[in-house]
Amino acid sequence: MMNFETPNFIPAIPEMFVLGMVCFILILDLFLSERSRIVTYLLTQATLVGAFILSLSLYSSESQLTFSNTFVLDPMASVLKMAVYFAAFTVFLYSRGYLRERGMFRGEFFVLGLFGVLGMMVMISAHSMLTIYMGLELLSLSMYAMVAMQRDSAVAAEAAMKYFILGAMASAMLLYGMSMIYGVTGSLDLGEISSAVEGKGNQLILIFGLVFLMVGVAFKLGAVPFHMWVPDVYHGAPTAVTLYISTAPKLAAFAMMMRLLVDGLGGLQAQWHDILMLLAVLSLAIGNVVAIAQTNIKRMLAYSGISHVGFLLLGVLSGTQEGYAAGMFYAIVYVIMGLGGFGMVILMSRAGFEADKLDDYKGLNERSPWFALMMMFLMFSMAGVPPFIGFWAKLSVIQAVVDVDMVWLAAVAVIFSVIGAFYYLRVIKLMYFDKPLDGSSFKPSLDVAAIFSVNAIAVLLIGLFPSSLMVICKQAMGL
Amino acid sequence: MFADLPLLSLVIWVPIIGGLLVLLTGSGRSGLQAKVLSLLVSLLTFALSIPLYSGFDMTSAQMQFVELSPWIDSFKINYHLGVDGISMPLILLTSFTTVLVVLAGWDVIKKSPAQYMAAFLIMEGLMIGVFAALDAMLFYVFWEAMLIPMFLVIGIWGGDNRVYATIKFFLYTFLGSVFMLVALIYLYFQTDSFAILDYHDVKIGLTAQIWIFFAFLLAFAVKVPMWPVHTWLPDAHVQAPTGGSVILAAIMLKLGAYGFLRFSLPITPDAAHNLDWLMIGLSLIAVAYIGFVALVQQDMKKLIAYSSISHMGFVTLGFFIAWTIAENTGSFSGAVMGMSGGVVQMIAHGFVSGAMFLCVGVVYDRMHSRQIADYGGVVHVMPKFAGFMVLFAMANAGLPGTAGFVGEFMVILSAFKANFWIAFVAATTLILGAGYTLWMVKRVIFGEITNDKVAALQDINSREYFVLATLAVAVLFFGLYPAPLLEVMDATVRHLIEHIAVSKVPLGAM
Repeated sequence: MMNFETPNFIPAIPEMFVLGMVCFILILDLFLSERSRIVTYLLTQATLVGAFILSLSLYSSESQLTFSNTFVLDPMASVLKMAVYFAAFTVFLYSRGYLRERGMFRGEFFVLGLFGVLGMMVMISAHSMLTIYMGLELLSLSMYAMVAMQRDSAVAAEAAMKYFILGAMASAMLLYGMSMIYGVTGSLDLGEISSAVEGKGNQLILIFGLVFLMVGVAFKLGAVPFHMWVPDVYHGAPTAVTLYISTAPKLAAFAMMMRLLVDGLGGLQAQWHDILMLLAVLSLAIGNVVAIAQTNIKRMLAYSGISHVGFLLLGVLSGTQEGYAAGMFYAIVYVIMGLGGFGMVILMSRAGFEADKLDDYKGLNERSPWFALMMMFLMFSMAGVPPFIGFWAKLSVIQAVVDVDMVWLAAVAVIFSVIGAFYYLRVIKLMYFDKPLDGSSFKPSLDVAAIFSVNAIAVLLIGLFPSSLMVICKQAMGL
Repeated sequence: MFADLPLLSLVIWVPIIGGLLVLLTGSGRSGLQAKVLSLLVSLLTFALSIPLYSGFDMTSAQMQFVELSPWIDSFKINYHLGVDGISMPLILLTSFTTVLVVLAGWDVIKKSPAQYMAAFLIMEGLMIGVFAALDAMLFYVFWEAMLIPMFLVIGIWGGDNRVYATIKFFLYTFLGSVFMLVALIYLYFQTDSFAILDYHDVKIGLTAQIWIFFAFLLAFAVKVPMWPVHTWLPDAHVQAPTGGSVILAAIMLKLGAYGFLRFSLPITPDAAHNLDWLMIGLSLIAVAYIGFVALVQQDMKKLIAYSSISHMGFVTLGFFIAWTIAENTGSFSGAVMGMSGGVVQMIAHGFVSGAMFLCVGVVYDRMHSRQIADYGGVVHVMPKFAGFMVLFAMANAGLPGTAGFVGEFMVILSAFKANFWIAFVAATTLILGAGYTLWMVKRVIFGEITNDKVAALQDINSREYFVLATLAVAVLFFGLYPAPLLEVMDATVRHLIEHIAVSKVPLGAM
């Protein structure tokens, strides 16, 4: 006889809240006239704020399992979810004017965005391979649709098609890997898998499954050699969508990696350590070197993102709690910097002018010294120059790697970060040392200008006082 | 009355915050407001740095004016400042030079003067931060952040090939310093602390010491710069605006030499001992070979840049000759003179090379040419300027009675205690230095006027006169009476020599 008891719903209240709100917004949006579309936007932002408050009030250092152990709420989940709300909130702030100018200010963008957020939340809190897969697909399907939203743009349609086909293949790989792990361990529950694989690191079938799982994870993160979609999709998608894809989902992908590799297959650490090392070094190398050859800033930032993923993986592969905390810190820092980087493209663009060529940034210092300064902060931060926040992210990761006696890997990482510094410097060179192509003054809308300035100044201020963010990440990993 | 003020924090943050203010206020085209404000900030900083000297206890080798408060708890990184007899004079040199640089750029910089002045003020604060930092991460943050304003100064206000020069400058120094970062993190795991003074005391095996030494060497050798990683310097100097060249030569090069004293020597004395042949060799190559290179330069700034590399060779020679002296004479007491000579040379070179670049700046502003061949007979039209230029050239050549002589003489003298041939090669600089400097002066200042533009030159105005006269006083003062400088550093240098005389390799771990 089935023993039925009501599960504990409390840990999943933020998810349920977001789901309820997104359904409500979806229906409400049908009845709104074009002029009152702003209501959709405001409700979306209110949903994110509400979810943030809920997650914050549910924060506890204990780990709670519910729904027959398929769902977990632990400190890592709470922190990452709050970072996701924050990132999505900022993305929507940046996008409003951009979407309106291009006739894309429609309910779909916000509803799909919120469904994506829900998918990320489920991924972050997953404690079963099925939950992970469910969250991942919810996120991916929303993103495929968002990339294709600009229906009359051939580039966007191509990007969406590529993204969909490659994404579907990656999901299939992931599912295949999961099925093999399930075949060996007889369970989808990460806790049970964890105890079942303990000491079985030499089983070929497990390693086989692990490899397929990691293909899926690497694809979502955009790590080399599963990065091919990244530049095309970032380039082809409308910048507002690029902003969305390039930021919050990285946090979810980081969580997915942590859940699968650490929570589930911690017993195979010696195996995934080597794979991650390969992925990390390749991502650092290809990302940084190929970025030099780009003339389109969105593609350049895409490759720069790939190299940042390489750094993030360095933290995880060290296999210590400090390393995981460093990886998480890196992911959050990358999101803050990525928001600013693509935010700049939105800031500079106007209807009919996407500002996605590097040459569009020539002489920015003469046209607007303030925004040139802000952009310079972001570029130096991405290059890892102190005192900006990007430096501390790199420092914590390198520290984690040196801690496990892999000094050579730290040396490789810093060499590639010097190579990477070149293309960030080139953007500064264009802004400061070159003459502007057209002398027209540019007037960004007030809200985008404000959020961009806040974003860039945050890169400096958190860089000067990184302690609290670091402490949050360490606590999330139980340190 | 100054004792209870956090003086070091003030001399770091007053210029940085002042620079930000200049950036915010000075949007006017002439930028007079920005210039006056910058001058006031730089004078205030200089005034604040004087009590560092007057309140300094010269008998102690301990860190003084120490400030310690937690900064990033989770990494055990502290906001830890303090100075000893080596770093304190360098801080004074920095705050002094910045005043002159602000004055020198007064009506020369036409393109966004506010940003120009702000960059120099922020750079001043960051460089003082490097000299004052006692926490390795704080040091690294200042060390790297300093590159940003210099990168912009060369790139925005530099010459025709400025983009190449400034990116080369940035990447070269960045590449050098990231390995230092890895070494610092490695040391963190040995000591569980980022305090530089803790690094001084930790025992490290020889192999690890050699790796750490090379990581530091890359960072500091690029900065000094030592042969063969010097190639960024002539490019950067030639392309930089006058103020940029002055700061580069007078302060930034000293940061590398300072790094040897603060990190390489005390943290890895055994590695430094084992590799001193390499360091002495590289120093001698810099002194002699680069001296010959300087001889054939056609461009005044390039010539002074190469002469800087050659003079910095003396600094590193003075530092690393200690063990050879000890082996030859049986005690480390002789090494004190070499090391003090190196430090004196750092300060003296700060004044002399700064003055030389300012002199080139004066004629460049009028002629827009740095080619020696375009000049000749300047003395006929600019007699006051010619007087200063000849004086600084003499100092650059190491004429007794000028600041340039003291350090070189001390290093050569102590080199004789070590090995005749080392001293012999080092002493060639007396001939080479005189050769390239005086030959340049002869071609630029003296002779007949062959270029019509030279005939139309105006002599220096009172602003330029003031700047050059101040430097001339400093060059003569430290040349005739170097005692105050030597007294300040004596205890610290002796302490450092005692420290490096003791092996840090743990017993039984050879």
